[in-house]
Amino acid sequence: MTLDELKPGSACRIKRLSVRNKLGQRLIDMGVYPGRQLNVVRNAPLEDPMEVEIDGYYVSLRHDEARFIEVERRENR
Amino acid sequence: MKTDKILVALAGQPNCGKSTVFNALTGASQHVANYPGVTVDKMTGRYKHDGHKVEVVDLPGTYSLTSYSPEERVSRDFILHEKPSVAVNIMDASNLKRCLYLTFQLLEMNVPVILNLNMMDVAEGRGIIIDHERLSRLLGIPVVPSVMTSGSGKRALIDTIGDVFQGRRTVRPVRIDYKEMEPFFREIEKHLASEKELLENYPARWLAIKLMEGDEEARRLIGEKHANGSTLLAFVEKHRGAFEEQYENAPEMHIGRRRYEVAEEISRSSVQLPADKKKPLSDRIDGWVCHRILGPVILLGMIWLLYYLAIVQGYNITNYTWPLLAKLRSLTEAVMPAPGFIEIPLIRAFALWFVDSINALLNYIPIFFILFGLIAILEDSGYMPRMAFIMDRLFSRYGLHGQSTLPMVLGGIYVGGCAVPGVMSCKGIPDERSRMATIFIIPLLNCLAKVPLYVLLINIYFAQHKALAMFFISTISLLLVLPVSKILTMTVLKNKETAPFVMEMPPYHFPTIRGVLGRAVERVWLFIRKIITIVAALAVVIFVLLQFPGISDERMAHYTAEKEKATNTFFSKIKGTDYADQLAGENLMGLILYWNDYKNAKMLTKGKKAMAALNEKFKARNQAFFTIAQPGTDKAAKKVNRAFKKLFKARKGLLREMRKERIDKSFLGRLGKMLVPATQWAGFNWRVNVALLSAFAAKESSVATLGALYEPEEAGEALEQRMAKGEEGFTPLHALALMMFMVLYPPCLATSIAVKLQTGSVKWMLFSMAYPMLIGVAAATLIFSGGSALGLSGLQAMFAFYGLALTVTIIMGFLKSEADQMIKS
Repeated sequence: MTLDELKPGSACRIKRLSVRNKLGQRLIDMGVYPGRQLNVVRNAPLEDPMEVEIDGYYVSLRHDEARFIEVERRENR
Repeated sequence: MKTDKILVALAGQPNCGKSTVFNALTGASQHVANYPGVTVDKMTGRYKHDGHKVEVVDLPGTYSLTSYSPEERVSRDFILHEKPSVAVNIMDASNLKRCLYLTFQLLEMNVPVILNLNMMDVAEGRGIIIDHERLSRLLGIPVVPSVMTSGSGKRALIDTIGDVFQGRRTVRPVRIDYKEMEPFFREIEKHLASEKELLENYPARWLAIKLMEGDEEARRLIGEKHANGSTLLAFVEKHRGAFEEQYENAPEMHIGRRRYEVAEEISRSSVQLPADKKKPLSDRIDGWVCHRILGPVILLGMIWLLYYLAIVQGYNITNYTWPLLAKLRSLTEAVMPAPGFIEIPLIRAFALWFVDSINALLNYIPIFFILFGLIAILEDSGYMPRMAFIMDRLFSRYGLHGQSTLPMVLGGIYVGGCAVPGVMSCKGIPDERSRMATIFIIPLLNCLAKVPLYVLLINIYFAQHKALAMFFISTISLLLVLPVSKILTMTVLKNKETAPFVMEMPPYHFPTIRGVLGRAVERVWLFIRKIITIVAALAVVIFVLLQFPGISDERMAHYTAEKEKATNTFFSKIKGTDYADQLAGENLMGLILYWNDYKNAKMLTKGKKAMAALNEKFKARNQAFFTIAQPGTDKAAKKVNRAFKKLFKARKGLLREMRKERIDKSFLGRLGKMLVPATQWAGFNWRVNVALLSAFAAKESSVATLGALYEPEEAGEALEQRMAKGEEGFTPLHALALMMFMVLYPPCLATSIAVKLQTGSVKWMLFSMAYPMLIGVAAATLIFSGGSALGLSGLQAMFAFYGLALTVTIIMGFLKSEADQMIKS
């Protein structure tokens, strides 16, 4: 499954990024890469974008971008 | 000792307190410039240490040093090409692991790095304990902890910079082991070994890493500078493919991951994290600030507060500052050669025009000061990313960005903004295409200066539906701006660089008074320096266009005859009084000026006491003139008073007529007439054209020019009545078309300059001036010609247009553009 399908409150581990170049590099630079764990914190009032927590810091991204992040669900924190 | 001058670069990720460090180091000695070719600010400052001049360059805050964004490109080019003596890597101490990711990239560029662990207080507050000596040993570079907001650690940092520069500190930086990729690097480095010139500027290992990452700039560099560029590039491509196949991982992914892994190791052995993981305060605040319902409400509240404090309260302050500017004007009046009965010396006319043009802008300074201060608070507190988070969904549908919110609020999302700060605040939008779109649409929002024309027209032509018409005009601009932006992004801006939205939501901070005031002063100063100097130059041009070629000799003779007639009447009326002799020759002009001064002074004076003092002052200036002005029971004086009032009025009438004729004959007037064939379908006659043309200098001018063109038949007749009389064929439909054109009016001079600064190109500035004119004429024509053809009344046309705009906006919102797909490629 991909990150954009997850609801706020769920936790997951990143399996793969299916995008490269600008967006792919940007995700890596922000610490979003395979193996990392992240928590979906909330969606914006109009659903998009979403906010996730990685290792103590918070990052927001559009669902359109989250589509490229393949994840596997983890038990809640 | 090497050289006298030490060049220091400050590098760091966003939100690490870098600007605080920069301010602490350099104080007031700061200078803003642009990096060549891009619109990224280059902040430079200096200080002295140990007899050395130290120049500090504040690089833009970036998470990484790739070639994907202009900020990252200028940062790394600066380090590679300018070769700073020291790079100070500032980092948020509570976020060590992610920050080290950037540190490793700096080290790979072979620049001596000092690590500045900033915001130690925040880290300690969260229970994070950092062994900075151990960290220094592990990284092999000096580490200086600091809390720059209170100045602690500043001395140590300055001393360390000096030590590293003098070579008193041995620096042996850690080198990341990229493990299975190392042989690949070695292969590439072998191919680089022969390129002595290239390697002088670019470290071989850095080049190898960048090539494996697939970095565009590095590839371009090799293509241009390497003797066998294309061979090497083909080799690199094969190499990258081989790595990916062998290890089932993209090379850039492997590189990024290794950096994080090493960061993790180092952080684990030098940082002690708190045992219990509490939900951070910022996240709890965001529970409210980004809440589904409360979030937008809080956002609206913030916008209202910003508007209220800056525009409303700032405007109140201008009541106190305006007299200062008025003084400047009267001072100019006093120094310039005095006017004759009908001859206004050109130099006087020019000087007053010039002062008026500048004053119109200087008058905004209190508003700007408050506005810039409030923006600085929003920026420093961390609210801006939340604003973007809430609004992005709506705006991104139209090619804009969540971060377009603030510029649009400043530009006047309802009525009463100003496009100049609006355009200037577009700087923060990371996506170039959205940034350009935002810059272009801001002038279409309703700035304060467009309002007088609306009020004028609504009062005449929509008197029965004032509130409705005002609501229409206030909201129509927002409706128009969204589809316009969408169309721009799909056409002219199609090929502009985009950036992913991915954005950090930094923890909230309390802004410091020093930081906020410093930024407000700096930005106001920038406004004064850049905008006002250029507007001053252009004011001259408009003056010439409005003044020349001027009134012909023949017509001048006519006016002189009129003058003679008026004065002769006056003298024949007052013949026999004591005053006749006293007013002969030059003295008459003396009375005119005296009368003028007295009238103006009376207008500005309030209260009995002040009035008495004023009278005393004018009495002392000229007893006889004063008796004429305030005759009391003096019969002769009363007679003169009456006759003089007539003369004074006649002179005013003559002057106005001459001004009208001058505009009529001027280059701008001719242009106005020339444009009639194009504008008649929109319902504009040449007078309206001239008024609109003069609004280029500043939008307020439109109403002033209309005022000059519609002369009053009776004294004291308001412009509303004059215009209604003067334009009998003018209908509400005309007025609606005119208002619509004003909404879509091209940016004023000051805004155009701001557009040039923010887009970095004259071409785009010209575009920003041309395209609104086109759609403005189109919209006005649609309303006027379309409305006339359908036989609609002004009000009906208003509803029809509003409905049309709303429909287009909604349809545009659903249209998926090609542009949206680009991010993924």
